[in-house]
Amino acid sequence: MVIIDQKLCKGCGICVSLCPKQALALNEVNKSYYAHPDVCIHCGMCELWCPDYAIIVERESKE
Amino acid sequence: MRDELKPYFRENRLPHIWCPGCGHGIIMGALARAMAKMDIDKKNTAVISGIGCSSRATGYLDFDTLHTAHGRALAFATGYKMVKPESKVIVLTGDGDCTAIGGNHLIHVARRNIDLTTIVFNNNIYGMTGGQYSPLTPNGSKATTSPYGNLERNFDLVQLAKGAGATFIARSTVYHVNQLTDLIIKGINHKGFSLIEVVTQCPTNYGRKNKMGSPAQMMLWQKEHAVTKAQADKMTAEELKDKFIVGLLHQEEAPEYTEQYAKMVANLMGGDDK
Repeated sequence: MVIIDQKLCKGCGICVSLCPKQALALNEVNKSYYAHPDVCIHCGMCELWCPDYAIIVERESKE
Repeated sequence: MRDELKPYFRENRLPHIWCPGCGHGIIMGALARAMAKMDIDKKNTAVISGIGCSSRATGYLDFDTLHTAHGRALAFATGYKMVKPESKVIVLTGDGDCTAIGGNHLIHVARRNIDLTTIVFNNNIYGMTGGQYSPLTPNGSKATTSPYGNLERNFDLVQLAKGAGATFIARSTVYHVNQLTDLIIKGINHKGFSLIEVVTQCPTNYGRKNKMGSPAQMMLWQKEHAVTKAQADKMTAEELKDKFIVGLLHQEEAPEYTEQYAKMVANLMGGDDK
């Protein structure tokens, strides 16, 4: 699960462009959102690369 | 933001004022993660900065912070460390702040080997004042004050610090954010002057003038142009021309200034003739 705080996101597009699986996209108001949860591998790089601390990647347990 | 990082930030000051895509936020995040990993004693840590985009960071970090005069962050940090030698002092500074206005402070702090951790946010430009070239703007790059390309040769900050006597020198980029966090931890733990140069992007003033594309493309540029020491040893001078070396580049043991000072004070106060 990737949680993106819309208040903090500035829409720079770093997470969208650098995501290895293209799981994120920009919405109509130019903010990042979790567009393709099915392809996400929860690597967590978007969280580390987000300059505005808007992203939290939660790795789900296997239950 | 994750709950474990929240104690290190003044949350009411966020979101920060850096431009969308500015790498400074990534460095500040890496610093906060490094602090969280080390479980640093907040009461015993000071963060000191000069003037510039990079130096805004002290306004967002919840420590004892000082936002000082242009180029003088290292001078203020030296004073703070002398008064409270048991504290950890982290200096956040930009490329212009550290190497131009504060260049003299940098070489003398390195020479004294006083226990400070300096993180240089190198975005190759004076971002806040409108994009003038700095001593780290690469030769040939465009800036407001070099519209036809920069004629001056740029400093190699690693070689400069090494020549001045710094005992811990590292370089990383915001693309290599995990490496950066590790280097910050190592730098803080190192006893003596540590300098960590971080290559970051200024999409507004540097990237736009030099047609480097979006913030993400500028980060990919960092990925393509960064080489490790081991890779660089195998490359020719021609291949290395526009590359830079990342990683822990120099570490040595040397007497630390505040310790030497305390020893001298103890010797003089408890001398034999008393």
